[in-house]
Amino acid sequence: MSGSDLIMYEEEFKKIDEELQKLYLQTNAKVVFLVDKNGQLIASAGETQDIDTTSLASLTAGNIAATGGIARLLGEKEFSILFHEGEKDNIHISLIGQRVILVVIFDKRSSLGLVRLRVKKSSEALVGIFGDITSKSEKEKVEGRLDESPFAEISDEDIDNLFR
Amino acid sequence: MSFINYSSREINCKIVYYGPGLCGKTTNLQYVYKKTNPDQKGKLISLATETERTLFFDFLPLALGDIKGFKVRFHLYTVPGQVFYAASRKLILKGVDGVVFVADSQIERMEANMESLDDLKINLAEQGYELEKLPYTIQFNKRDLPNVAPVENMNKLLNPRNVPCFDGCAVTGIGVFETLKNVAKQVLIELKKHY
Repeated sequence: MSGSDLIMYEEEFKKIDEELQKLYLQTNAKVVFLVDKNGQLIASAGETQDIDTTSLASLTAGNIAATGGIARLLGEKEFSILFHEGEKDNIHISLIGQRVILVVIFDKRSSLGLVRLRVKKSSEALVGIFGDITSKSEKEKVEGRLDESPFAEISDEDIDNLFR
Repeated sequence: MSFINYSSREINCKIVYYGPGLCGKTTNLQYVYKKTNPDQKGKLISLATETERTLFFDFLPLALGDIKGFKVRFHLYTVPGQVFYAASRKLILKGVDGVVFVADSQIERMEANMESLDDLKINLAEQGYELEKLPYTIQFNKRDLPNVAPVENMNKLLNPRNVPCFDGCAVTGIGVFETLKNVAKQVLIELKKHY
């Protein structure tokens, strides 16, 4: 499992957060969030207080995984954009750089055209940031980051304490 | 694939409950959900058919507490056990950090257990994993039923490597937390090895 763990550092997290905030404002969306393909929420922007973002993240990833399964059955590499239209709210889901999922929830204050356009721009920026994260964590894996690692000194007792 | 966030100081790990149809994977999650403090858990999501058979997956996020200032979160998933949901089952294993195999102890389900275990190995291999290298715990569920196979026999059939294994009765909760704790501990020890 070591090969593909996602490690998020302060600096990149800030950049991602800024990018999501920008997208949120530019699209006039209700909520924007970023999920990794395994269903873990990475970051979000907008009116998230009334939304169960953890569940949403896991279901979105399930959705992308199922659609990816369909794509492969049909001989497609992937369907990189999903769009669900509701009575009030709509949801635009796009796969970014094979690794993360960008979700925009919007209502009639915005439009699909605007969301698609802005998502495309943000995607390019996000691909760049995730590229940086990957190279950074690979570099640190080679050089070692023992001094800062929260795990190096985990004791059995720490682990047992979690279950008390 | 765990997700370590240095910015929000969180560690997220994914544990998948695997096993043949009706072995009690969903029941395990339901018991964990029932017995966990509200502030430690999120919603239990079940994508099930009208007859309560798992269609895609169940999902339960759990926040266990802190280690060295990092919030430790486990996301528990089950797969659909029925044979014909093979395509969906595969997808759930993506990014898994630890596996629980729930075996049905009833004698007539031994073949289904073995089939499911083979299926698990094949599906993991497709995602580039080996069961031997993953944190892995087995639960022999339904020990309360009258027609169960002896534990020694089940061990021989399903647990040749002698990995941690617990007797269970998920409906009443026996073995449920023991199983979860064991696999969670293995996942954290694995993390410790790598970082």
